[in-house]
Amino acid sequence: MTNVMNEGDITRALRRIAHEIIERNRGSENLVLLGIPTRGAFLSARVADLISQIEGKPIRRGTLDITMYRDDLRMRAPKPLLATEIPAGGIENTDVILVDDVFFSGRTIRAALDALGELGRPNSVQLAVLIDRGHRELPIRADFVGKNIPTSREEIVKVHLAEIDGLDEVLIEGKA
Amino acid sequence: MSQISLVGGCNAIGEKINLTITDQKITDISYKVPVSGAHVIDVSGSILIPGLVDLHTHLREPGKEDAETVASGARAAVAGGFTAISAMPNTDPVADTAGVVEQVFSLGKAAGLCDVFPIGAVTQGQAGEQLAEILAMHESAAKVRMFSDDGHCVFDPLVMRRALEYVKMFDGVIAQHAQDPRLTIDAQMNEGEISAKLGLKGWPAVAEEAIIARDILLTDHVQSRLHVCHVTTAGGVELIRWAKARGINVTAEVTPHHLLLTDELAQSYDPVYKVNPPLRTARDVEALREGLADGTIDIVATDHAPHPTESKECEWSAASFGMLGLETALSIVVQTMISSKLMSWSDLVDRFSIAPAKIAGYPDHGNPLAIGNPANITVFNPNKSWTVNKDLTMSKSRNTPFHGMELPGVVTDVFYNGKHVLRDSKIVSVS
Amino acid sequence: MKRHLLSISDLTYDDAVLILDTAAELAKISDAPVKKLPTLRGRTVVNLFFEDSTRTRISFEAAAKRLSADVINFSAKGSSLSKGESLKDTALTLQAMGADAVIIRHNASGAPARLADQQWMTGSVINAGDGTHEHPTQALLDAFTIRKHLRPEKKDLTGVKVAIVGDVLHSRVARSNVLLLNKLGAEITLVAPPTLLPVGVENWPVKIAFGLDAVVAHSDVVMMLRIQRERMAELFFPSEREYSRQFGLNSDRLKKLKPNALVMHPGPMNRGLEISADSADSLQSVIVEQVTNGVSVRMAVLYLLLGGAPLAAAANIESNEKVGM
Repeated sequence: MTNVMNEGDITRALRRIAHEIIERNRGSENLVLLGIPTRGAFLSARVADLISQIEGKPIRRGTLDITMYRDDLRMRAPKPLLATEIPAGGIENTDVILVDDVFFSGRTIRAALDALGELGRPNSVQLAVLIDRGHRELPIRADFVGKNIPTSREEIVKVHLAEIDGLDEVLIEGKA
Repeated sequence: MSQISLVGGCNAIGEKINLTITDQKITDISYKVPVSGAHVIDVSGSILIPGLVDLHTHLREPGKEDAETVASGARAAVAGGFTAISAMPNTDPVADTAGVVEQVFSLGKAAGLCDVFPIGAVTQGQAGEQLAEILAMHESAAKVRMFSDDGHCVFDPLVMRRALEYVKMFDGVIAQHAQDPRLTIDAQMNEGEISAKLGLKGWPAVAEEAIIARDILLTDHVQSRLHVCHVTTAGGVELIRWAKARGINVTAEVTPHHLLLTDELAQSYDPVYKVNPPLRTARDVEALREGLADGTIDIVATDHAPHPTESKECEWSAASFGMLGLETALSIVVQTMISSKLMSWSDLVDRFSIAPAKIAGYPDHGNPLAIGNPANITVFNPNKSWTVNKDLTMSKSRNTPFHGMELPGVVTDVFYNGKHVLRDSKIVSVS
Repeated sequence: MKRHLLSISDLTYDDAVLILDTAAELAKISDAPVKKLPTLRGRTVVNLFFEDSTRTRISFEAAAKRLSADVINFSAKGSSLSKGESLKDTALTLQAMGADAVIIRHNASGAPARLADQQWMTGSVINAGDGTHEHPTQALLDAFTIRKHLRPEKKDLTGVKVAIVGDVLHSRVARSNVLLLNKLGAEITLVAPPTLLPVGVENWPVKIAFGLDAVVAHSDVVMMLRIQRERMAELFFPSEREYSRQFGLNSDRLKKLKPNALVMHPGPMNRGLEISADSADSLQSVIVEQVTNGVSVRMAVLYLLLGGAPLAAAANIESNEKVGM
């Protein structure tokens, strides 16, 4: 098991992402940050807080559960649904930033795009992830990446966050 | 002249006997070398008992020959160790005339495997209103002595009184299906905690007991003879015990399934457990076993009730009432009464052969294994066991609740009037 | 969870809470512009109704359609469906059509259990009301409604006092509710004349009252059951007036209710018999909301029974969980 990011690394990466989001979007006026539960939602909240601090005003934020949109539902036992919280005003004509922890096959994001499509028509959809580990199975890319970590398919990337796991760290577990 | 010697077996009290049958009679029972020239059959380890007698059998002929015929019912009876069965009258047409009872009787003779004695209906069409021609049925070739509207209760107390009085002419007996119809409208199973949970309409014990109590009092009043069919409740056993103590001429029967199964089985909603009267509680089962052991309940009767598959392969409330019984009866009674040491083998012979033959008046049956008596004999190996398989029944129907159960005791041979009708547990084809 | 939902006793406490939690999330989605989820796309759900019940059928149909399932309505009225073997033949037909789930309403208690146990078909069986046995999804939607109003931040219904009033004997709604509400910690009182209580009710986990006045003032929920007029002919009570006087929720009793108590009814109502019009239309009445919640609860049941893989296949995948996406 290898530690590839510690608390400081994660904080710095998120701060950079916050700045990049503001820069790319020329401010935060039209932004809606949507985290994908479970850990994407905590990361999204942190990034939203950072953007609010930088911009000096609140930013619209929420969560988007994609369970019902997954294309692998029939390959596993049904899972409990997680919270979807769409901020007042919805996502129509906004710039939506999807936030997730680990970017892998791209299927989660595909499901998230489907879910968004049901909620309205945003001006744009951008993707922020803490870890991009490669091995895409769909033509989807991230706009904001905390850290690129080359992995083999067999390895497991674990993101731990203080809110739920007690501490911040990113680990890679290899197959023996 | 044909002679068969059964050697190496025991009688019901454990005495070794070599029994020789010559033509239709028992001609020797001494424990000695068989009569020379006789065909010798080794029955070591087996018990020899008088052929079983059933006073409660539903054959479906005439009317529903797809479920059972007299011949197929007779085959099931012989496989189960019976040499006499009694056909209940709820056929189509109902056996309420001399013509129908003679038809059933002669179909039994034609099958030639065991005696089939018809039971006549008490009332015309079993409708409970007008008495059937009871005397004509008695004086027919079938010599009917027992009458019942089984499946229906003779509910009207006046009709019941008249029937009880009328059969005194020839020492007949009325066999009552004790079920108050008003208390059992649409009833599906025993009324109790299970029926409440399952949402099935209840058949309360009191509906049985109230009729038993009334009929006991009527029987006493008109000094006649009552036989209570398939008692199922602890309260019913109590009432009969009370009547017997008072010297009232009442006899009673219990079915093998009520000695073993309880209403808990209905929780599967599988109609194979749907039967009338219904399976009751464990407490009732215990009281029935005690009643049979102490003689309060005189006999075991099967209430063998064949039904075609489609009558059971459906919703519980749409299904027919009834279970097969002939082929499993002896093993069930051995398991519930002998293995549990509640009864001896002699008691079993009494409840299953001697007493029923006496109640219904079948002089050739239920006799001790003694020289000169008709050779109606069942050979039973109590040390073997078998597994019930509904697909291998002799009956035309498959509705046995005992499917898959391993039961003690195997009927190997049956002699009906000296004729070897079951050999090595297989029906001998009759010429 | 088990493959079928035939009785509340098929559910563990955790299953029941999971269904309510899932329904709560789905209710939120239904409030948003999203009316349709792709979850059950390509799956076939059959509404097999041997007994008329427009509201239950429509509720299941809406639930299945919001999850993008294909819905086939198979109704006994005016078709060849009848009693007896036809249940088997119908099941074989549905199997041949590839039904993934059968939602069955039947006038015979235990008919769904027969459908599930006889190996006639491989899909899930959901009991939408069988005879006088059970109606599990109705109980789930009732529990959902109660929790939403009285225990919004809690998992279960611990301590909620529920009076179930009326024809308990013939009510599948009451049977399912007793099992479920008890599982979830509610305190139940059955209010009915002794003629309309099942044999052995003294061993149920409930209190009994023979009149509504005794319980109305301290109940958190008053759940009125439909009383069928033909019960009078069957001698269960002497007259509508006498029944209504002792067991009906009328204006006077409505006033005695706690301010936050709920008035519930599974419908259809007999206004003026078991419930007065002003009670049914009062602010405390959640009767219309029960219908709305029914769709979310049935979506949750369909998702949890059909959304995933067959249990064995799921176990293999589960180990690779975090790797997948």
